[in-house]
Amino acid sequence: MDFEPNSEQQMLIDQVRRYVREEIIPLEAKLDPDASELAPEDHARLVEKTKAMGLFGIDIPKEFGGPDIDIVTRTLLAIEMAQHRAGLYVPCYGTFGGAGLAQIFEANDDQKERYLYPTLRGEKKAFFGLTEPSGGSDPARAIQTKAERKDNGWVLNGAKIFISNADRAQYGIVFARTDASKGRAGITCFIVDSDTPGFHVRRVVHTLRSSHYATELEFKDCWVSDHQVLGEVNKGFAVANDRLTRQRIPYAAGCIGVAIAAHEMAIEWAKIRTTFGEKLANRQAVQWMLVDNEIDIRTARHFTLEAAEKARQGVPFRTEAAIAKLTASEGGGRVVDRAMQIHGGMGMTKDLPLERWYREMRIRRVGEGPSEVQRMVIAREILGSSLR
Amino acid sequence: MSIRLRLDKPWRPLAAPEIARLPGQLGVYQIADATGTILFIGQAGARSTFGLRSELQRELAERGAGCQFRVEVNMQYRSRWFELLMVHKADHGALPPDNARNPPPNLGRLSPSSSSPPRRGEAG
Ligand SMILES: Cc1cc2nc3c(=O)[nH]c(=O)nc-3n(C[C@H](O)[C@H](O)[C@H](O)COP(=O)(O)OP(=O)(O)OC[C@H]3O[C@@H](n4cnc5c(N)ncnc54)[C@H](O)[C@@H]3O)c2cc1C
Repeated sequence: MDFEPNSEQQMLIDQVRRYVREEIIPLEAKLDPDASELAPEDHARLVEKTKAMGLFGIDIPKEFGGPDIDIVTRTLLAIEMAQHRAGLYVPCYGTFGGAGLAQIFEANDDQKERYLYPTLRGEKKAFFGLTEPSGGSDPARAIQTKAERKDNGWVLNGAKIFISNADRAQYGIVFARTDASKGRAGITCFIVDSDTPGFHVRRVVHTLRSSHYATELEFKDCWVSDHQVLGEVNKGFAVANDRLTRQRIPYAAGCIGVAIAAHEMAIEWAKIRTTFGEKLANRQAVQWMLVDNEIDIRTARHFTLEAAEKARQGVPFRTEAAIAKLTASEGGGRVVDRAMQIHGGMGMTKDLPLERWYREMRIRRVGEGPSEVQRMVIAREILGSSLR
Repeated sequence: MSIRLRLDKPWRPLAAPEIARLPGQLGVYQIADATGTILFIGQAGARSTFGLRSELQRELAERGAGCQFRVEVNMQYRSRWFELLMVHKADHGALPPDNARNPPPNLGRLSPSSSSPPRRGEAG
């Protein structure tokens, strides 16, 4: 498959690249190195720019008012959008809009009015509440949050952990067990407003990612009406799986973007830094690090675009998405690590974005399904159907 | 060792000799009046020349004598700072007065419970 951008894609790539370099990076230089927000007035100004570019709400399907951009092109653009200090978790500080994991496109009309459209307009924020203290890799078995029938609705009791941005969201999609006897066929997805009595954000969970932090939630006799069920009762696991599979492509793209930025920094530095009377770029040890970077980036880019292409064609892409997530998060981590090595002491400082990328990239091997789970998904396919 | 939800170390006088003993590390701090009412929750981020020491020196220069402070060294100063602000708001119904004048955009909300389990490694 040929993944070289066509002329239309290249034009969009150039546009986004210019935007990152001319609008985002200069503002970022004035922020705390761990910041994940722009000043509100800068954010509002830049949203107007992305709207003028025709790229606001880039991950929103056309029928919901998003720009008509296919997933392969979106992936190419996501690679560009991540190429700045905060880019891994907050590409372009959210100025391109979008719904993240809360793309509740299966919502009924009433839910679309109350949640989906306000989210797509940027008026509401949502969290994705799947992981629990009992585990996140295998949510079908681990989910212990219970939802019991009461008064034309459901009472939720339980806890969630590592839930990003729940303290700032107006609502979240929450997965709970509605039938204890049925395993994955006993999980339902609920839309829970953050001001529902019994819903609590208990604390910040401090991780390597100091901004865009995670939180711990508690549901204590939290009653929600039947109108808050997303999709069908006991079919929530499919909702979670669908989100996670689709999300793996932009997730991988973010890793690739950061890897490219780190690699470019390493190349620049190797060309100007001299040790023992010779430029680093002339040392074979350094050249090989740069070569390995190049290979990691090209490999991840190829597999991620392959997954996007399958998604575009509407054919199953679960295995391809797992390969993309795996190669991009693991390869991206190696690239940032080598770039730091080439920069020496400077690479360890908060003066450069490398240390932030290093910390945040480490999370990528666990978040949204650890590497081992991705390998498990791939192994199932290999073992289930013999190699071509 | 792990961090507690609330910063509850003893207060120290906001005075030059005390501040001179502070590390140049990153972290969070609180400023209180003489009675221990919290006036401000701040962070010493990576742009502070000498971390907590620089920030507290600046606070002393701006506020003069009569205040108290306490610090927590923390590389996760951003999420810890947000957490302390949200916990304060949950406990007191409002941000400390000097934060309320210039609140961070999009501050979230927490409802920490006294019954919530201590963090792993946290004593009691
Ligand atoms: C910063 C951050 C933000 C997050 N944000 C969210 C969020 O917004 N919403 C949300 O729902 N979750 C979120 N998560 C949770 C994340 O998705 C889970 O941490 C992840 O799915 C792993 O679950 P776990 O931590 O419970 O690990 P476990 O499921 O306990 O697994 C532990 C380890 O066991 C290994 N392992 C697991 N299964 C296998 C296997 N089959 N074979 C071999 N080894 C295996 C893996 O190495 C894995 O890392 C976030 C996590 C972090 C760190």
